Amino acid sequence: MAEQLYFEDVQEGTEVTPLAKNATTQQLVRWAGASGDFYQIHYDKDFALGNNLPGLIIHGALKSAWLGQLVGDWAGNEGIIKSYGCSYRGMDIPNDALTCKGVVTKKHVEGNEHIVECDIWLENSKGEKTTPGTAVVVLPSKS
Amino acid sequence: MTEDSVITDEMKAAIGVESEPSVYEIEKEPIRRWAESIGDPNPLYRDEEYARSKGYRSIIAPPGFMAQYAFPVKAGGGRRSFQSPFTRMLNGGNDYEFFKPIQSGDTISATNKLAEIRERTGSMGKMLIIINETTFKNQDGEIVAKARSTGISY
Repeated sequence: MAEQLYFEDVQEGTEVTPLAKNATTQQLVRWAGASGDFYQIHYDKDFALGNNLPGLIIHGALKSAWLGQLVGDWAGNEGIIKSYGCSYRGMDIPNDALTCKGVVTKKHVEGNEHIVECDIWLENSKGEKTTPGTAVVVLPSKS
Repeated sequence: MTEDSVITDEMKAAIGVESEPSVYEIEKEPIRRWAESIGDPNPLYRDEEYARSKGYRSIIAPPGFMAQYAFPVKAGGGRRSFQSPFTRMLNGGNDYEFFKPIQSGDTISATNKLAEIRERTGSMGKMLIIINETTFKNQDGEIVAKARSTGISY
């Protein structure tokens, strides 16, 4: 695991350590099983095509879970995720090299909480931000 | 603008009505299976001894774990209380707020309500934008998380 990140280590503009993802169709099925989301557009190609989709698409909430992993990995296990969320603006497909990314937009102290706000997103192999969002974390402080 | 609105009185009446709770018993193996399915090796979600060393009682649920509460096996609340005229559904977005960690051994009660409903005409024709809010409480009655989801029915 990466070393613990501290409040003092980040500034506005600091990059969130990127996280690469590339889903196989098997991963979509595994996730369907783990989450209970069995909507067929994620594993039945004929069904997806019949729903005017280009083919199988990745579950929105799986992309959200990856963004949660991005933020959790970066904030470290001494950091706390206060909130995060994203919008599914563009569809993502299996077997595409995706990257979860983020950048710090603000840092401030409230009471004894050292709060860092970020923009986060998932981008596809063409560099399109399909899944933009935001996150707020509390980091430990060295002081 | 008001012609042929697909928003019915039934939908309007459903806004703000809190559902019966769905109850989830949080267990280690489903957490591990979840972490495995997204490809997250963090020991906080897998290794009880490690999680204890970080001050938790047991392994904790990863942030995205919230998504599964939309699909309760044991049906309680969370079922939609109105009929959409459309059969297709897309997930528009998810937002989560966390107040306390969800740990293995917790019993979580989730109540759900329709927060907002709008109609829009997009590239795929008319659609309904349905915003749901879910509040999660633990066995001590403490709010552990809130979730807001945007569904697109088209």
